[in-house]
Amino acid sequence: MAEAKLKIDPGKSYGFFTDTSVCIGCKACEVACKEWNQLPSKPEGFLGDSLDNTGTLDGQTWRHVKFIDNVPDETLGVGDGKAFLLMSDVCKHCQHASCMDVCPTGAIVRTEFDTVFIQSSVCNGCRNCIAACPYDVIDIDPDKDVARKCTLCYDRLQGGMEPACAKACPTDSIQFGPLDELHRRADERLATLHSQGIKEANLYGRDDKVYGGLNAFFLLMDKPEAYKLPNAKNAVLPQRNNLGGYVGVLGTAVLGLLGAVIALRNRGVRPEPPEEPTVEERP
Amino acid sequence: MTLLAASEHFAGSPHWTWYILFYFFLAGLAGGAYFLATLLRYWGTPGDEPVARLGFYVPFPATIIGLLLLTLDLKQPLRFWHMLFNTTPDQFGLNFNSRTPMSVGVWALLVASIFSFVVFVDTLVRDGRIRNRPARRLAALLDGTVGLVWNVIGTILYLFIAGYTGVLIAVSNQPIWSDSWALGGLFLASGLAGSAALLLVLSHYRPGAEFSRGVLERSEHIFTALELLLVVVVVVTLIDDGAVDDAFGFPWILLWLVALVGMLPGLRGLAGDRVRVTRRGAVAAVERAPAWVVAPSLVLVGVLALRAAVIFSAQ
Repeated sequence: MAEAKLKIDPGKSYGFFTDTSVCIGCKACEVACKEWNQLPSKPEGFLGDSLDNTGTLDGQTWRHVKFIDNVPDETLGVGDGKAFLLMSDVCKHCQHASCMDVCPTGAIVRTEFDTVFIQSSVCNGCRNCIAACPYDVIDIDPDKDVARKCTLCYDRLQGGMEPACAKACPTDSIQFGPLDELHRRADERLATLHSQGIKEANLYGRDDKVYGGLNAFFLLMDKPEAYKLPNAKNAVLPQRNNLGGYVGVLGTAVLGLLGAVIALRNRGVRPEPPEEPTVEERP
Repeated sequence: MTLLAASEHFAGSPHWTWYILFYFFLAGLAGGAYFLATLLRYWGTPGDEPVARLGFYVPFPATIIGLLLLTLDLKQPLRFWHMLFNTTPDQFGLNFNSRTPMSVGVWALLVASIFSFVVFVDTLVRDGRIRNRPARRLAALLDGTVGLVWNVIGTILYLFIAGYTGVLIAVSNQPIWSDSWALGGLFLASGLAGSAALLLVLSHYRPGAEFSRGVLERSEHIFTALELLLVVVVVVTLIDDGAVDDAFGFPWILLWLVALVGMLPGLRGLAGDRVRVTRRGAVAAVERAPAWVVAPSLVLVGVLALRAAVIFSAQ
């Protein structure tokens, strides 16, 4: 998208539409993200895992191109774009964000662009958000000792610029824009692929079935599970266990109280007065 | 062992390890000790007062050490107070997020520490270890109904603290933790059993405390049975979500075995309590030769191992 035409208004919802069908795995997005956000590279090493050289999203890797090898042992035909899946992964900026739900400090906020942002000056590194994020997006930045993740280039948006990864993407696999506009483009692209016979293409996070909708949503070439994304059934919020957990504690407390009362009434090995002899003893 | 399709969790590990393990352990003991002490003082006999005092000595230091461990576990320990006060620009104020047990727990800990501090001072005064006027006035305030109300509220707070630790990890998207709603109850039951065992050990260092050992032993047996019941519930919920293999695979099975060994004294006691009928027709247990250190120590090790198994297996 040409930057000159882009007008970014606070109060509107923005996000990413990542079309994995045109990702070529160049990792320009990873590099642009690290460059703009001044994130250090990991020490050089060979993961031995396909073309992947960052392995996962973490506190210093906010874009990660997944290389998912689905190539069968014996080639039976053309891959149709799903034998080797590529996906530039990123924070999904969920509408119902698990990380925001569990943050005890209020460090995780929703910005004026409807994105999810971690305030580094507020975060105290409790790591509750890491346990909650269903996408394994958040991690501690070892240099700053706070939880960090993609900000959807909050500073660039404030300056009227699109995020660095979207700008660097040479195939427009990563598209940035107002959410309604991205939805329209995604629907068109999906219709095109389906009309070409690629029925397995599907949109992930386009509707509200997954965490109320994702501001960073995807066009996938296989089921979400193939990309290690929870499907709609498994896209659940941590707070689902609050009620059951507390009721479990309450029930146990009541049973514990009953048990203690029984122990008090039947005092067990309480020393008996010596003058009271035993009349019967049985195991 | 999967009955239903396994839940798919892709959450990363928060790396909650040793600090959190020992905090959970202390929270369980503090909760159980406060609970038993209150019961023994107000619903026991005068002869139970020595053990009640022992029980009231436990929660405050356990809470302080626990708070220290929690703070040290933070990547930014000096920002611990951010749990209590929101420092977001334009949103200054108290911080409370009812959706996360971490926030609820921090406030519970803060309030509970006041309760345990007061009963700690009160117990020191009752034992004649401090005699200054403010402390004696404080202790005088806790006589009678005020003390009863104070300790009942303190007990509720501490039972919450013993149990919320399990809810805290369940309110996540971590495999195993979020697959069971029963972890809070399990941690509470195990904390109760552990605190009874702890007081049993401590009772050997306080004159007059032997009077209550029967109650403590019986309590520990019953709490252990409750703990075992909750282990079963946890296993059933994990089966339901297909997480049993992860939770009980090697090497975690070793920790579970240690936890089980820690339950054996309690279960053996429950099964093997010898009872007798007194001349007046009352049923009373027969005292057996007590392995007074080994058995309670096993229980305490088991309490620790249980938490370690739950915490580490998910990460």
